Amino acid sequence: MDADFAIEAEGLRKSYKDVRALDGVDLRVPAGTVLGLLGPNGAGKTTAVRILTTLLPPDGGSARVAGLDVARQAPQLRRQIGLAGQYAAVDENLTGAENLEMVGRLYHLPKGEPRARAAELLERFDLSDAADRLVRTYSGGMRRRLDLAAALVARPPVLFLDEPTTGLDPRSRIALWETIEGRVAEGTTVLLTTQYLDEADRLADRISVIDRGHVIAEGSSDELKDQLGGERLDVTLEDEADTEAAIAALEPIAAEHPTLVDGVLRMPIHQRKGTIAEAVRRLNDAGIGIDDVAMRRPSLDEVFLTLTGHALEPEDEGDGEEGER
Amino acid sequence: MSGFRYAVSDTLVLAKRSLLRIPRAPDLLLSFTVQPIMFVLLFAYVFGGAISTPGYSYIDFLMPGIIVQTMSFGGFITALGLSEDLKKGLIDRFRSLPMSRGAVLAGRTLADVGTNSISIAVMLVVGTIAGFSFGAPFLHIVAGILLLLLFGYAFSWVFAFVGLTSSSPEAAQSLGFIVIFPLTFVSSAFVPVESMPAALQAFAEVNPFTIVVDAMRSLFLGAPAGNNVWGALAWSLGIIAVFAFLSVQRYKRAVTR
Repeated sequence: MDADFAIEAEGLRKSYKDVRALDGVDLRVPAGTVLGLLGPNGAGKTTAVRILTTLLPPDGGSARVAGLDVARQAPQLRRQIGLAGQYAAVDENLTGAENLEMVGRLYHLPKGEPRARAAELLERFDLSDAADRLVRTYSGGMRRRLDLAAALVARPPVLFLDEPTTGLDPRSRIALWETIEGRVAEGTTVLLTTQYLDEADRLADRISVIDRGHVIAEGSSDELKDQLGGERLDVTLEDEADTEAAIAALEPIAAEHPTLVDGVLRMPIHQRKGTIAEAVRRLNDAGIGIDDVAMRRPSLDEVFLTLTGHALEPEDEGDGEEGER
Repeated sequence: MSGFRYAVSDTLVLAKRSLLRIPRAPDLLLSFTVQPIMFVLLFAYVFGGAISTPGYSYIDFLMPGIIVQTMSFGGFITALGLSEDLKKGLIDRFRSLPMSRGAVLAGRTLADVGTNSISIAVMLVVGTIAGFSFGAPFLHIVAGILLLLLFGYAFSWVFAFVGLTSSSPEAAQSLGFIVIFPLTFVSSAFVPVESMPAALQAFAEVNPFTIVVDAMRSLFLGAPAGNNVWGALAWSLGIIAVFAFLSVQRYKRAVTR
């Protein structure tokens, strides 16, 4: 396998009784980048994280993290990773400082280091004032920050974040995002699972959309959006009776035949630059009144709905990719 | 550092963590201080007058038995703690760390030795006030206390397994009590075995609790020992071997539910 990939998984399979949690998942994360694993609840995201962090043996397939095999080199691998889960996995009856020190000792950091590292991380995560308070007095956002800090104690080169912001208020989410971005800027590789598209959009260099144990799409946020048709022009006419005339006028600048969707004339376009001005000029020349013109890029939400909309349909043979794309 | 030294230091880190919990969530403190006091007083003053124990006053007869019973329950703190750790995702965190595989369990069970020591001290003080007195040489008494702690430690491993296999902290606790509570009563702990119906008597005579209680009576009161002390030692070590193995196997596969 390639040394440039910090995380590399091939054909991962895992079943629980009769549920196939993972059914042949491939993942490749280049060192120093962020992979967003995006999928609905029960898609297999957590199972993938558990296999990659050595918590769960796969039924089939293989995986390497930091160049180490999850099955054969688990003890060495664990020194290279940090895990922050869906639960804030911190001890409520210890203080924030004690939690981080404990984790530092269990990573076998050199003497004195666990305490110094705890103080440093509490400072960075804005928890210094609460360092000596029991964690059970912390708010949800503080616990999550402490949980993420615990994952960073040993400065691991590879970080696994399983839905790190689920249940957080918007301000805490943004603060956590900034922290993660800071780690990535320092060269950490991150695998992040999330159900939030804005989170994947903001943090991930590449996104793997996972549903029912399969990776159903893979690419950068832009690539995924392009798959759905790239940029498009939405035109609302003053009078719908002009639709035929407007289609005729706009046809030359559209990449595909314009269609009427909910009273809005919608068409994929070749290029962004100058298109709005050109569209307005053509409609004016044809004497057609315009209510609104807008350039739109599909949101990751639409990508996700389109992708999982297919996958959630009852028949799953052949993975039919036709339809509105 | 060698693997063994890591295992020891990891265990101590986690034992400290378990013990720190006690002053901070003092509800647990009641279960290994007030509860044993209550049991000593109830048995000594409510049942004591009705139970005939030839050769001993009832409080002398009772104390070894009731301390053994208390030791067998002391490990429920381990079951409770492990079950909570599973529920809250801490086991996932620990298993993702480069630490010794047995340390989470060994740390918890070791912490129980600390709380069991407190229970023994509390019960001996209350027992003495109620009229209990040792009838054996000092070294025998010390050996008896060590045997009690070893037996308690063995049951901590039983509870470790229970905590890892049951679905919730509450289930872990009640499962432990349903299995262990009757066992302690069908033994020589509270009444002479000879007073039981024949079938129960047959069971009580082979019950390891009887063996351990009889061993304690010889070490604390100078009763004839027979092979009971060795039997108690063998049972304790056997339980530790079996349940430590089962628990560690279980821990290696445990994931947060």
